[in-house]
Amino acid sequence: MAVGLPENVFLTQLDAAANWARSNSLWPMPFATACCGIELMATAASRHDIARFGAEVMRFSPRQCDLLIVAGRVAMKMLPVLQRIWLQMPEPKWCISMGACACTGGVFDTYAVVQGCDRFIPVDLYVPGCPPRPEQLLAALIEMQSKIKQTGTLMGGEFDRRTTSTGPAPFDLDELRRSREMQPLVNLEIYTPPSLEDAVKAGPRRD
Amino acid sequence: MPLTQLDTVAPESPDQEFQWTLNFGPQHPSTHTTLRLVLTLDGERVINAVPDIGYLHSGFEKLGEHLDFNQYVTIVDRMNYISPLANEIAWHHAVEKLLDIDLTPRCKVLRTILAELMRMHDHLLNVGTTGLDLGAFTAFLYAFQQRELIYDIVEYASGQRFHTSYTRVGGVLFDVNVDWANKVRDFIKGFRPVYNEIEKLLTRNRIFIERTKGIGVLTREDAINLGATGPIARASGVVRDLRKDEPYLAYADYDFNIICSQGGDSYSRYLVRMRELLESVKIIEQAIENIPAGPVNIDAISDIVLPAKPAVYRSIEGLIQHFEVLMPNRGYPVPHEEIYAATESPNGELGFYIVGDGTVRAYRARTRPPSYVHFAIFPHIIRGHQLSDVVAVLGSINIIAAELDR
Amino acid sequence: MIDLTQLKSRFSDNITESTFRDNHRLVVPAHTLYPVLDCLKGEYGFDTLMEVTAVDYLEYEGATDRFGVVYVLLNTTSGERLIVKTFVNLPAPQLPSAYPLWKSADWLEREVYDMFGIVFTGHPDLRRILLPAEFTAFPLRKDYPLKGIGERHNFPVITRAES
Repeated sequence: MAVGLPENVFLTQLDAAANWARSNSLWPMPFATACCGIELMATAASRHDIARFGAEVMRFSPRQCDLLIVAGRVAMKMLPVLQRIWLQMPEPKWCISMGACACTGGVFDTYAVVQGCDRFIPVDLYVPGCPPRPEQLLAALIEMQSKIKQTGTLMGGEFDRRTTSTGPAPFDLDELRRSREMQPLVNLEIYTPPSLEDAVKAGPRRD
Repeated sequence: MPLTQLDTVAPESPDQEFQWTLNFGPQHPSTHTTLRLVLTLDGERVINAVPDIGYLHSGFEKLGEHLDFNQYVTIVDRMNYISPLANEIAWHHAVEKLLDIDLTPRCKVLRTILAELMRMHDHLLNVGTTGLDLGAFTAFLYAFQQRELIYDIVEYASGQRFHTSYTRVGGVLFDVNVDWANKVRDFIKGFRPVYNEIEKLLTRNRIFIERTKGIGVLTREDAINLGATGPIARASGVVRDLRKDEPYLAYADYDFNIICSQGGDSYSRYLVRMRELLESVKIIEQAIENIPAGPVNIDAISDIVLPAKPAVYRSIEGLIQHFEVLMPNRGYPVPHEEIYAATESPNGELGFYIVGDGTVRAYRARTRPPSYVHFAIFPHIIRGHQLSDVVAVLGSINIIAAELDR
Repeated sequence: MIDLTQLKSRFSDNITESTFRDNHRLVVPAHTLYPVLDCLKGEYGFDTLMEVTAVDYLEYEGATDRFGVVYVLLNTTSGERLIVKTFVNLPAPQLPSAYPLWKSADWLEREVYDMFGIVFTGHPDLRRILLPAEFTAFPLRKDYPLKGIGERHNFPVITRAES
């Protein structure tokens, strides 16, 4: 005998319910350093309204947010601050790296700019552009929402599996070579990229 | 004081017991980007404010030594990111002075219109964020909507809404047409009602007046001695505006006033910026009716300007000129000299000190950033005010972190 | 252009005056810098110091000294500008601070110290301003590479599992 459920009762998994709630109310922590910060403000303004996605609550306190948007270049002096803010955010938390400078250092390949915040902070989504148009940021937000809906769990267990850094290694051999452009290099070991068999054996990445 | 030491070492013990230290950290709720203030407070009253900057230092000036004059404009764009074209105009003003290039009348008028649009852009943001920091969110939304319209205008001319990289040595990237002029006219026509709305919201608003009047007073002698320029200096009574004193581009042909005030407090700075918005509208109205015809880039056969693409593909002279400008071992002759040239950017006097060494790369490209000098004024004007006034005063002196730190 | 013949005759060291485009420039030796600036402020009325900057002439054709320090002065009443330049050399480049004359020299000189290593004696608070205090090199010197020597990578890496 089937029991008809009234219209306001839903049957779902806890994970799906949690994901639905979390993704539709992502409260951003705007880590707005430079020009991308202005595009972030423009996304929050009336023409490209970020409030449609539930994300207009831009609390500047990390304790109250769940989405860190690194908008703008991260200077050497600012990186410890960024790391501290990331550590202060409570779980579950995600990170969007907005703009070319936050993703890879952008135009500023100089002594003072960290070449991508993903070297030192775990990043979930990258938004290219210099600066990305507000529509691009909104598309990234939608992408983030679908990512949470697909891979999120109630207790946040999916984050514990990401034990390695996904950014470029701090001291790439190529990076060392490029940073020593003023001096000739001798006796460098030859760099061999990983072979196809090794990559196949390792299997797809699961972080 | 380096940030990392604060949690391992006890803060410096204050002289008297009632003083305490507050870190207005590099990440803070007021929308004034990455700067840090270490405030010494007596209850709510500020005794001393020590700024700590450099949280956005990106090595702009070192980059200037590795990039072409035309490539560096993309970097200069990112300095005062509230009014990007104003920086580009200032940079190329300095480069063209070094190379002794006289622009075509059309280019001068076009750059004037864009510079004034950028002045409106900057002042609108400043007025909006001053309102936002004091709690008036609606003024912020109105101001940002107008800025979106200016973004549309700039995007129509150059293709990019924000960092346009529109100016080039000797001219601009693309010429504009009648549609663009109509867009500007429509914007100007629709601006006046919005200006009145913002004025109604803020200028006679009792809360706004009480929070900004008499706060952060900068006297005239202090303004001169501390190197203040732009709206901040004019609000303190220094009657100086580079558009009138050392006219550049087409400013000498237009009729406009310089707005000054004698108050020197945050309210005067707000009023000066609001009235300057109207003066910019006046200049644009005059300029947009009389854009001269003719080429927008200088002498088409010179070796400084890139030829038009049809000429590059269809004529040998165009191809040769293209190579002469772009190939690394060619380029145009640059004198072995140094020059300082400044323009009136919306924030103050934005100057460039360029050392040329014969190649198309600057040997030294130094920016004289108005925000940097103005932030040094901040400790002098905040003394004795309360903690909530810190935000009001910081907003009124319009610090842009990228120009501050470069 | 203002008339500086009296100034030049008083400081009869080799003060060279030149003009380029519309910049009026003076080159003074380092030991007479402060008296010249004092005289310019007091008698000629240059009441604002717009800019203090430095140039490293290591790779410049025809340069005789290592660093050139440039002061841009402005007279707000008459609108006159003047650029005063002086030269210093390694080791231990040093100049008297212009802070007692114009307070805007405060941060401008701190930046020159930060970027080039030129010490300004008599400055109230000469420490690094744009770079972290632990930074050891002087980046705008020509012998420092653009991409740095590894300072920008010298930070701990945080992975997702541990944060």
